[in-house]
Amino acid sequence: MTRTMHFESVVDVKSKLAEVGYLASDAVATTVFLASELGKPLLVEGPAGVGKTELSRAVAAACGAELVRLQCYEGVDEARALYEWNHAKQLLRISAARGEESWDEARSDVFSEEFLLPRPLLTAIRNDGPTVLLIDETDKADVEIEGLLLEVLGDFQVTVPELGTITATQRPFVVLTSNATRELSEALRRRCLFLHIDFPSAELERDIVALKVPDLDATLADSVVRVVNALRSAGLRKAPSVAETLDWARTLVALGAPVLSDQIVEESLGVVLKHQDDIDKARTTLNLSELV
Amino acid sequence: MTTQVAERLVEFVDALRLKGINAGPSETIDAAAALEVLGFDDREVLREGLAAALVRRDGQRDVFDMTFDVFFPAGVGTPTAVQDSEDDLDAEQLRALLAMALADDDARALTQLAEVAVDALGAVGQEGSGTQGWSAYQTLDRLRPQTAVAQALAMRGGGAGSGQGQSGQFTDRLERDEVRRGVARFRELVAAEARRRTAEVRGRQTVARHAVAQSKDRVDFLSANAHQLAELRRAVQPLARKLATRLAARRRRRRRGQIDIRRTLRSAMSTGGVPVKPVYAAPRPSRPELVLLCDVSGSVAGFSQFTMLLVKALSDQFSKIRVFAFVNAMDEVTDLIKDGSGDLIGPIQSGARITKWHTSSDYGEAFGDFVEQYLDAVGPRTAVIVLGDARNNNQHPRFEALRRINERSRRTYWLNPEHGSRWGLGDSEALGYADIVPMYECCNVEQLSGFVGRILPV
Repeated sequence: MTRTMHFESVVDVKSKLAEVGYLASDAVATTVFLASELGKPLLVEGPAGVGKTELSRAVAAACGAELVRLQCYEGVDEARALYEWNHAKQLLRISAARGEESWDEARSDVFSEEFLLPRPLLTAIRNDGPTVLLIDETDKADVEIEGLLLEVLGDFQVTVPELGTITATQRPFVVLTSNATRELSEALRRRCLFLHIDFPSAELERDIVALKVPDLDATLADSVVRVVNALRSAGLRKAPSVAETLDWARTLVALGAPVLSDQIVEESLGVVLKHQDDIDKARTTLNLSELV
Repeated sequence: MTTQVAERLVEFVDALRLKGINAGPSETIDAAAALEVLGFDDREVLREGLAAALVRRDGQRDVFDMTFDVFFPAGVGTPTAVQDSEDDLDAEQLRALLAMALADDDARALTQLAEVAVDALGAVGQEGSGTQGWSAYQTLDRLRPQTAVAQALAMRGGGAGSGQGQSGQFTDRLERDEVRRGVARFRELVAAEARRRTAEVRGRQTVARHAVAQSKDRVDFLSANAHQLAELRRAVQPLARKLATRLAARRRRRRRGQIDIRRTLRSAMSTGGVPVKPVYAAPRPSRPELVLLCDVSGSVAGFSQFTMLLVKALSDQFSKIRVFAFVNAMDEVTDLIKDGSGDLIGPIQSGARITKWHTSSDYGEAFGDFVEQYLDAVGPRTAVIVLGDARNNNQHPRFEALRRINERSRRTYWLNPEHGSRWGLGDSEALGYADIVPMYECCNVEQLSGFVGRILPV
């Protein structure tokens, strides 16, 4: 089994990810480099909207790898995650033969590659080219699916009883994301490298805004980042994350605002904050109340 | 990998385990592999690499960082910044430099200042006597960094630094907070530097054991400081959400399995006695009523407050919640809790009648009150939870009052934030009360969330 990814160093990871539009912090770059060197899955946690899913997309783009995504939800099961037999097609095949075949022939024919529906996990394992496997929102899935993941992520092989064991020729780069609504099991955590992506530092966030919203004036971008940072430390119900910062920056470009003023902040606060009591709290934090 | 490095790593992992980061041998091996891949060239890269291998969940990172600084220090001995500065600086000059660094928001300058400040102001004990070390408390006490805030603000206003902050701009109003955050960061830097210098004199293990704070969910309620309590309050919402999901999963699993035998057999008659379709019993959601009796006297207020907030956040799991607070008189505070957020103890102390003729806690008196006035709040579907350390100040414990409450309720529990080893010592009536109702040790968030997860209805 060969490794999919080849990064030279932590700096190399940073520059390659930057080329595809993902500005990685030291922590992110180091962990991605380690994950690719040690061949271990990467478990990414953090608040919503800091770029957990985006990271795997960027890694895939940076290495020219195919991105295979398994979106977890309550009740996702083996048939959705691993593989499934195409029952309808199997029935068609049997009725088309009209009993002119022997039982042995029919059986080996019906359980062949043609009737197998590969789901994300199997797809990633069978892929010959470089692959990034993204298992998104792992915490939403039931505990049972974790057992399945343990097996797949441990050996990178899947056993289909009728076909035999399928082993990966290339070790896919695996990213699991979680919003920590449920504690993932200790066994799964143990097999992964852990990365907690937090809100970026002010400098990094400025760079991100400059990269993603190039039309925004640099001083205005600076003010935006400072206001967002102030909001984050105000103890809100849902602190604004990078996604909200970018939304706000785009809104300001669309409004054609030259500088931040009380009125503009007041009008566009809904882009950054999504709860009414947060907006009320932010008004006091930013001293907006005397205006309206 | 040389044995020296391996030994240092194992020592490091040992220190982490003492602080509640349970890294097993496989994590240590991962960390070693990370060390080999990353090398020692860049300290921050090394820090992130080791964290990826050893830290397994959010909330352990602070502990990890502090321990890392002790075991893999940035330098040895007197920092170069101190050697470079030619004359000895006094507190006054340092404060001026600090104000400058805060005004420019210069992280490097802050770090160097912290090093210089600890060296100049923080030395305690006598050399070679075993008491020698560097104290962050003393440094900060002499430097008083908060006094630099006004100065830094004045400098910013004057257009110092990068030219931002001409008066009249929207972002001006953020500056005070930004400078304050700078001061908070400076305090942490000073603490880290003091730990590093002390570790060199006293040994790494000693410092790691005593000077590195516990991780958040293991902080003792009784010994937590104001900052830690505020941090705990912030942890309430995520914790409640986690408990609620755990419950939802448990409820779903229960619903799946229950077969109603009688109705299954009845419907089997239409298929010749063969039970083709099993009939499932309709789920009967039991959402019990909850009554909380909280001691809000000074010693256990932090614990009671956290538990009240947690119960409030979980309120949709119960059909009805009533909260009573007492020091030595019982009063209902359900409405105060419902409206309040953040600090609850203040409003309770001003808005409810919780004391009589003295101000120390008296459980017997409070239970007596409850039985007289509010006993109808407790019914056969009610779970009663008593929060307190059962330290009765040598008053009459009135066991029979608690016994009456227990008999009327479905279940009664007692959560005691004191360590089990101290129950029954001094004026503690814990053992007496524990004979009547089950008493659980609840020193930290870990234990509390474990308990709440167990008693919540399925």
